[in-house]
Amino acid sequence: MSNNPLHSQGPTFTPGHRKPDIASEARLIEIRREAESKGRVSAPGVRVPGAPFPMASPETGYYGIPLLKQPQWKWEVPVYFFVGGAAGSAAVIGAVANLTGADAKIAREARYIAAGGAALSSALLISDLGRPERFLAMLRVFKKQSPMSVGAWILAAFGTVSGAAAFAQFANDKLDLRPVRILGNIAETMSAAFGLPFSNYTGVLIGSTVIPVWNHNIATLPLHFGMSGLNSAVSILELLGNEDSRALNLLGIGACSMETYEGYHLELRRDPRVNEPLKHGANGWITRLGGVLSGPLPLVLRLIAGSSGSSRSRKLRRTAAWSSITGSMLTRIGWVRAGHASARDWRLPLGLPEQKREAPLQSKEEFPRMRATGD
Amino acid sequence: MSATRPTTAFLTDSTLCIGCKACEVACKEWNHVADDGLNWTGFSYDNTGAVGHSTWRHVKFVEAPPELGMGGNAPDVASWVFSSDVCKHCELAGCLEACPTGSIVRTEFGTVYVQPDVCNGCSYCVVSCPFGVVQRNEKDGRAFKCTFCYDRQKEGLTPACAKACPTESIKFGEINDLRLRAQERVRELHGRGMDDAKIYDPTHTNVDGLHAFFIVRGDERAYNLPPNPVAPTAYVEVGWRSSAVAAGMLLAGSLLAFLGAGRR
Repeated sequence: MSNNPLHSQGPTFTPGHRKPDIASEARLIEIRREAESKGRVSAPGVRVPGAPFPMASPETGYYGIPLLKQPQWKWEVPVYFFVGGAAGSAAVIGAVANLTGADAKIAREARYIAAGGAALSSALLISDLGRPERFLAMLRVFKKQSPMSVGAWILAAFGTVSGAAAFAQFANDKLDLRPVRILGNIAETMSAAFGLPFSNYTGVLIGSTVIPVWNHNIATLPLHFGMSGLNSAVSILELLGNEDSRALNLLGIGACSMETYEGYHLELRRDPRVNEPLKHGANGWITRLGGVLSGPLPLVLRLIAGSSGSSRSRKLRRTAAWSSITGSMLTRIGWVRAGHASARDWRLPLGLPEQKREAPLQSKEEFPRMRATGD
Repeated sequence: MSATRPTTAFLTDSTLCIGCKACEVACKEWNHVADDGLNWTGFSYDNTGAVGHSTWRHVKFVEAPPELGMGGNAPDVASWVFSSDVCKHCELAGCLEACPTGSIVRTEFGTVYVQPDVCNGCSYCVVSCPFGVVQRNEKDGRAFKCTFCYDRQKEGLTPACAKACPTESIKFGEINDLRLRAQERVRELHGRGMDDAKIYDPTHTNVDGLHAFFIVRGDERAYNLPPNPVAPTAYVEVGWRSSAVAAGMLLAGSLLAFLGAGRR
C-alpha cells in the first residue's frame, strides 16, 4: 500500500458521485426548523459521510484549475492565418504562371494579391500587438528555434519583395521597360521563394506550443494550413475573373483533395482524447463545416466544372471558390478555438484519468479569477 | 563583485509551508505587481488560483484525507498540504526559446527573465510554457512572470519571497547546494515516516531540470504539477518538415498545373 496521503487512507472520493444522504438531509431540516422558531441554532451542522472531500488529488488534479494558460491572441490572428496562407500561395502561383509564360493575367493579379495580403498581414499583426513599433522588436534577433521569430522574418522579407514585384507590375503596366520587367521578375521569384514557407508556417507556429490539440497534430498542421491557403489563393484568383483557367481548376482540385483527405483523417481516423475540441460541441461543427466547405463540396463542383460547358463551368467554379474561401476561414477559426478549449482542459497536461461529465469541476468556464485579472 | 555569479535556485519545501501567503504579499510589494481583485474561488483557502501576470508566487492548498499521526490531526479532520508555486525557471525554458524579440533571456544567475522594455506582447511565450506561468497583461500588452528578483539578486540580496518566508519553506541558494539540501531533507522526511516525500524536478523530459524545484508529498498532480512537462521546442523540427512537404507540393502542383494546362 502506498503512503500517499492523498489516496492511501480515508474514504475514496469520486467527484460527481456524492449521493444524497437521508440522515444528513433530515438533520438539516431539523436545524432549519430550529432556526426558524428560535432565531438561532446551537447544535453543530451535519457531517456528510466521507467529508471533508479532498478536491486536489491525483484523480482530480488541483480543483480542476487548468495548468496551462489559454492563447491570448485576439481575432486578428486567425484572420492573419487565412490572409497569410492565401498571399503566400498566390505569390507562388503567380510566379509559376509568369515564368512558364502560361498566363500573364494570373501572374499580374497574383502580384497584387501577394503584396496586398502581406500588407494586410502586417496590419493585422500590428493590431494584435497594439502599437506599430512593437512589430519592429521582432526584427531585433533571428531565432531559428522560434517559429514566431522565423515567421516574422519571413513576413518581413515576403512583404518587401512582393511589394517590389507589385510596384514593378504597376510601373510596367504604365510604361513597358525591359529593366523594370527584369527587376519585377527577380522580385517575383524571391516573393515566391518566401511565399512557399509563408503559406504554411502558421501551422508550425501553433503546432510548436504546449497546447495539446495543436502540438499533437504538428505533423499535419502545416500541410493542412498550406493546402487551405492554396485553396483560397486559387479561389480568390478565380473570383477576380480567371474562372476559365484550366490550370487554376487543376490546382483547386489538388488542394480540395488534400483538404478532403485531411477532413476524413480528422473525422474518422484520429480519435484520441486530445482531438476532442475539434470534434465536440459548437467548435466541432465549425471545424466540420469548414472541412466540408473547403474539401469535398468544392472538389465535386470543380470536377463537374472541368467537364462542363463554359458558362455553367464558370458558375460552378465561382460557387466552389466562395465555398473554399469560407471553409478556409472557418478552418482557421476552428483550430484557434480548439486551442482555447484544449488549454482549459486541465486533465490533459497532468495525464489525469477520465471522469464522467457530471463532475462538479467543469473547466467549460474559465477559472473565475482569471477573468478578473488584467483590471 | 566577481565576474562569474553563482547559479541560484529556489527550493520550495511543501512540508514546511504553513500557507501564510507572506511570499505572495512580499513579491507583490517588492515588485509593485498590480492588485488583481479580491475574488473568492471556493477552493479551500486558495483564493489566488494560479500564477499569472499579476501573481508570481501562489500558495496552493492541497486538501488530503485524514491521516493519523501526521501533524497531530484529529482522525476526522482533513489534513492540509501547502505549497508555494512559482515560475520554474526551466533549464530549457519553452518561453525563452519561443520569444521572437529576445526579450526573455537567461541571466547571469541562470534564471529566466523577461525584459519589460523589449517585450512586444506577441504572447507566444504564453502558449510555450509547459507550466502555464507566463501571461500577458491585457491592459499593458506585455507578458510578465517571476523575475527571480533579478534586481535584488544583482545587489546580493535574497529574493523577496524567500526573505519573507517565516518557516524557510522557500529556500534560496546556489543550485547544486540546494539540490543536495533537498535530497537530505527528503531522506530526513522518509526517516520520519513520510515515505511519499519527494523532489519535483523533472529531468527526464527536454525541460531538463528546474531552477525552482519543490519537495512535495505523494503525487505531484494534486499540486497541479505536470508529470511530463515538455518545452514545445521539441515539436519544431517535425513542424518544419511538414512545412517543407507542403511547400514542395505547392510548387510542384503549380508547375504541373500550368505546364499541363498549357497557355490560355
